[in-house]
Amino acid sequence: MTLEICQKYAPTKDNLIQILHDVQDTHPQHYIPSEAVDVIAEYLNVPANHIYGVLTFYTMYSTTPRGKNIIRLCESPPCYIKGSENMLRKLKVILGVQTGETTKDGMFTLELCACLGVCGNAPVMMINEDVYGDLTEEKLEEIIDKIRGMK
Amino acid sequence: MSLKRIDLLICCGSGCISAGSLKIKERFHEVLQEKNLANEINIIETGCMGPCDYGPVMVVYPEGTFYKAVSPEDVEEIVNEHFIKGRPVARLMLQDDEDRTFSTKKEVPFYQKQVKVALANCGYIDPESMDEYIATGGYEALGTVLTTMNQQETIDLVKRSGLRGRGGGGFPTHIKWQMVHDNASDEKYVICNGDEGDPGAFMDRSLLEGDPHRILEGMMIAAYAIGANAGFLYIRAEYPLAIKRIKLAITQAKEAGLMGDNIFGTKFCFDAEVRTGAGAFVCGEETALIHSIEGSRGNPTPKPPYPSSQGLWGKPTIVNNVETFGNVPTIYLKGAEWFASMGTETSKGTKVFALTGDIKNTGLVEVPMGITLRELIFDVGGGMTGGHKFKAVQLGGPSGGCLTAEHLDVPVDYESLKERGAMMGSGGVIVMNDKNCMVNIAKYFMDFCVDESCGKCSPCRIGLKQMLDILERITSGHGKDGDIEELQRLGEAVSKLSLCGLGQSAPNPVLSTIRYFREEYEAHIRDKSCATKVCLDLMHFDIDKEHCIGCSLCARKCPVTCITGNREEKYTIHQLDCVKCGNCQDVCPVKAVSRIPGMHMEVAAKREADNKLTNHYDD
Repeated sequence: MTLEICQKYAPTKDNLIQILHDVQDTHPQHYIPSEAVDVIAEYLNVPANHIYGVLTFYTMYSTTPRGKNIIRLCESPPCYIKGSENMLRKLKVILGVQTGETTKDGMFTLELCACLGVCGNAPVMMINEDVYGDLTEEKLEEIIDKIRGMK
Repeated sequence: MSLKRIDLLICCGSGCISAGSLKIKERFHEVLQEKNLANEINIIETGCMGPCDYGPVMVVYPEGTFYKAVSPEDVEEIVNEHFIKGRPVARLMLQDDEDRTFSTKKEVPFYQKQVKVALANCGYIDPESMDEYIATGGYEALGTVLTTMNQQETIDLVKRSGLRGRGGGGFPTHIKWQMVHDNASDEKYVICNGDEGDPGAFMDRSLLEGDPHRILEGMMIAAYAIGANAGFLYIRAEYPLAIKRIKLAITQAKEAGLMGDNIFGTKFCFDAEVRTGAGAFVCGEETALIHSIEGSRGNPTPKPPYPSSQGLWGKPTIVNNVETFGNVPTIYLKGAEWFASMGTETSKGTKVFALTGDIKNTGLVEVPMGITLRELIFDVGGGMTGGHKFKAVQLGGPSGGCLTAEHLDVPVDYESLKERGAMMGSGGVIVMNDKNCMVNIAKYFMDFCVDESCGKCSPCRIGLKQMLDILERITSGHGKDGDIEELQRLGEAVSKLSLCGLGQSAPNPVLSTIRYFREEYEAHIRDKSCATKVCLDLMHFDIDKEHCIGCSLCARKCPVTCITGNREEKYTIHQLDCVKCGNCQDVCPVKAVSRIPGMHMEVAAKREADNKLTNHYDD
């Protein structure tokens, strides 16, 4: 699986970041397992420690399994001014998890992130690749319920 | 192509999409299909129109009717009334506080002081159609440059225009180009910096989403000027739509022969690739960005060597911001003199700003350089929300500084802002009302920088953490005399000693808030009081017995059962146990619970006793 992804790219080091994105996005648990790192290291002919260096430097990569849907709530100042702290509190209650944790059913992982660049509609969060803006506590419930319903 | 009687432009920038514009577009398709109008009305998905706060927004041409906050339920009415009967729907138009209605986009006050250069097509054309870009004069500048100008003439024209980097530093664009041009090498590169990470800035995203071909054209003109044949667009992974649209634009340009070999029949060949980031703010710094493209950790390296001599894979490279490239085609089309006629002595042209925070019209605006902050915030931005008072504006995100009401008449240009301790930065304008605590805001920015510091150089890695610790101490009521001076001392050291721009500018929010709001810091430290009641340790909740009706709701909702009482004696908060969750205030039906500035004396007394005890052991 990992090798197939690698082969979409030329075996040069500069493709590492794109390969890691692909591996993580296609993994059902949205993370990069250590076996995948070994495969990538061999394919690109770079030491595995270089890959771990990159992997742990960038915040979007995870080395531990995560949920089906990654919730990334913006904690940057424009969202903070518009009440992102209340949104975080509400999300923790709805999901029953703390920041960085995954719900028991494996549906959601709650993460905080830096600016998503949709500050005009703060507070904002992103679930996978979809942006949700002008959040309110009611809206949060609706959004989460809807995704839960879709399974 | 058939001629249609109405063009319906629906804003599909990330802001409006988050507000549901895609659903509205689908609904329009459905309704028009039902009513057999599909071949009379043209639905166009555009990039960001600017006023994100009104989203989802749309404009109906030929007359230019402007609708805001449209919902899928409104679609049928718009079709029936406006499209069939020719009666625009007044209730969806913008109205101001004085009940004036603005029926067309031209009338909307938000647009009146704006001059769109980089954003000219944003919200006006379909970003996924290259034909629409070409119809607005797209790729004409590239054609002219390639067929009639040599490299030096191309650079000289940018020089005459006075264009400076729009990413933050304000470095003159032509100098970068000239240096790379003069460095002989078999390979050279053009990099478009789309790693926009400044909290409160989203112009690069909007430009990439709304007018991707413009950026490609700008890059190609730069590539020709410096003698490069390859380019990279480094875009943050948080912007999936921007990545999708720019990739599509590259494919379209290649298919049309506007990118690739022998462009416009000349010897010039150019190829561009998109590279994505993975969530690291520091990668906006040019050397860090280059390392990231090379497939390494995004750690900055000391300059010199500058990228203009040793950049990507050790070859001469220019790194320009998205907005900088966005200005380039128009400068060649309309002339350097036209561009230089706008703006101030040292800052020419226009600048895109992202208005956010406690301001009515949040969104994306483009105004001539030199406009005053007052015009930007109150005329274009519509002033403060909820009747609150303006307190401060943070310009340039975590690298910039705070300015206050006394600076509202300062012209917005690179030098004027710098003199006052702020900076243009990438153009994020975070407006704050009097409910914001400036110490807390400074702490928030510092927290961001500590998170995003790459950890390579110690002034930034350790110094910023020390500053954050002091700010946390101050906001939690443990501040002591000398903390302000210590923050200033550390801030200056970190600014001077850090390796890259992140560390060099990270102390700015703290230093500028100390400069303009010193009394707030002092009140936090000396009086243990936060006047805005934001810092939870420096305020307390209190129940007004006169108003309390003894309903017990607060006591029942208190998570730590620190509220006791009864119907006769009313209710009291036991301050030592209170966790300041605010539930009591939220549930009180008669608003008898209020926030009072200052640490409660019982808490203060207990802290003092605890301190004495600790000191006793220390002895």
